[in-house]
Amino acid sequence: MNINTTKIISLLFFIFSAFYLYTAYQIQVFAFDENAPFNARTFPIYLGYTGLFFSGLKLILPDPDTIKVEHRNLEYKKTGILILIAIIYGATILKIGYFLTTSLFLFTSYYFLGERRLFLMFLLSFPFVAAFMYLLHGVLDIYLRDPFLKYIGVMG
Amino acid sequence: MIEGILIGLTTALTFQNIFMVMIGCFFGTIIGMLPGLGPMTAIALMIPITYGFDPATGLILMAGVYYGAVFGGSTSSILLNAPGVPGTVATSFDGYPMAQQGKAGKALAIAAWSSFAGGTLSAIYLLFMAPSLSKVSLSFRSPDYFALMILGLTAIAAFSSKGQFLKAMMMVVLGLMLASVGQDSLSDITRFTFDNMNLTDGISFVLVVMATFAMSEALTIILKRNDPTAAAKQVSLTELGSIKINKEERGKMYKTIPRSSVIGFLIGVLPGAGATIASFLAYGMERNLVKDEEKEKFGKGSVNGLSAPETANNAACSGSFVPMLTLGIPGSGTTAVMLGALLGFGIQPGPRLYMTNPEIFWAVIMSMYIGMVILLILNLPLIPYIARILAVPKNYLIPLILFFSITGIYVMSFNNFDIYLMIGIAVVATFLRLYDFPMPPLILAFVLGGLMEENLRRSLLLSNGSWEFLWNRTLTVCIFATTILIVLWHIYKTLTKNKS
Repeated sequence: MNINTTKIISLLFFIFSAFYLYTAYQIQVFAFDENAPFNARTFPIYLGYTGLFFSGLKLILPDPDTIKVEHRNLEYKKTGILILIAIIYGATILKIGYFLTTSLFLFTSYYFLGERRLFLMFLLSFPFVAAFMYLLHGVLDIYLRDPFLKYIGVMG
Repeated sequence: MIEGILIGLTTALTFQNIFMVMIGCFFGTIIGMLPGLGPMTAIALMIPITYGFDPATGLILMAGVYYGAVFGGSTSSILLNAPGVPGTVATSFDGYPMAQQGKAGKALAIAAWSSFAGGTLSAIYLLFMAPSLSKVSLSFRSPDYFALMILGLTAIAAFSSKGQFLKAMMMVVLGLMLASVGQDSLSDITRFTFDNMNLTDGISFVLVVMATFAMSEALTIILKRNDPTAAAKQVSLTELGSIKINKEERGKMYKTIPRSSVIGFLIGVLPGAGATIASFLAYGMERNLVKDEEKEKFGKGSVNGLSAPETANNAACSGSFVPMLTLGIPGSGTTAVMLGALLGFGIQPGPRLYMTNPEIFWAVIMSMYIGMVILLILNLPLIPYIARILAVPKNYLIPLILFFSITGIYVMSFNNFDIYLMIGIAVVATFLRLYDFPMPPLILAFVLGGLMEENLRRSLLLSNGSWEFLWNRTLTVCIFATTILIVLWHIYKTLTKNKS
């Protein structure tokens, strides 16, 4: 059997399905529902077995269309930084507020992706977010929590 | 029906809804032009905006985005030989050679008129077919619905996976597994939450769509060092030429459009098939039907070769609304996203939709006509300018896509956990995409997961736990037989491919 990344993904999916199936069997159902034809754990149990079946087949059967990914050509660094910025954005958005964190998220993302035109970067972050906030909050009446703007008295 | 049409027209012709169709078509055209970013991404990015509107307006906006994205894909196929969406690959076969001959304007005009005619004709077919099918589908029972969902999931796995059926089926199972997280709809027992309160209500549909499409597509573009906007920078230098279509060319289109619209619509109605298969089939059929002299021109800038796939892919878009509006079962990934959005509005699409919410049902159908007219008005004179807008560098485009995705989740829940979960799912989806694991089956399965469990529950309870319900009704047997045929056809295709 030829081992390639697709097979490894299938193996991981097989393990995941086995874990899912184990967890499905652990779902607590009401005593009167225990022997019912269908209860909260029935569908997940079928799903777990189906997952094992398809990933097992993918593991066993030959894979003529092997996909080769040239990892050396992939841009892991920038992608990683972008994900990290998104995580920091997610962590601070509630505490600091939508306007400041979103503007800073956009500004830093432009920078790390290689942009250096500061005026354009600024224009497409702070004023852009302000306009978008006005559209959501002012026009469409979609509530946006923003402790920072509230603190400086811009938002009620 | 006349009453329904009038209700639909009244709703669709309000200033707000016409404006929404225009915005949708414009935004969809821009996103659809970018190779890699298809209608699903465009619609997913629009979902947060639709929360501010009533359901009819929200759906009209999304429908406008859908048509716009399909047409936008055609534009990049013709001008850049870089199809924005798979459904417009066949358009590039004759559209791009025509553009290289200095007839880009003419090619765009043929595509615009064909799209308009295909979309309008198929909207007429939909107008007559949807109410009749709704009446028929009232006779459907739980086992039939369960069978139909299995058919839809198998079909989308078979058609969207480029020969990787097992991978697509794994994605279907993953989608169903994600849908099973949270409270059980009947007993309120929590499942797979691992005592995390944030998961009690399950994983949000918008979160999964944003993560697997918008965010993961943005990450893939960075990871693979693609620049979807690079080619667009050359467009401003391209001489588009005249957009006038002469009498002879019009004559060719008159013959091609009706037959391609029928094939496009019928393929669109089938679960899982959609615009890509419709456009290829229409192209192939047209090549077989034209005279030998015209056949020679195929691939070198044939009017028939360009008109056929363009008509068919737009007709298929309208066709794909049929199963969603009448059965409540989406036939494609894009309509699955729309179904999810409708469920978010608290509306259950299905056979009773046109009775319970006629303003939504008919307004969507009427907005298709309006959308087609707007696309024609918008695209013909404005395409060169829209194409220039695409020269926005990816350094700006990618953060903006991420921004729209995260904002979409933030305004829904005001919860950090959802943002982390979305980033996590997006990272996994990006990795899976690298190895050709298709995402549309995952979305369709995620949307159908709850409904599927519900119908299986009813079927098993009614048959006292026996699986006899699978063969007790002729309709159920027919649907399962079709599913088996699709699987067998796929196995046969794989075996013959391996031999060759």
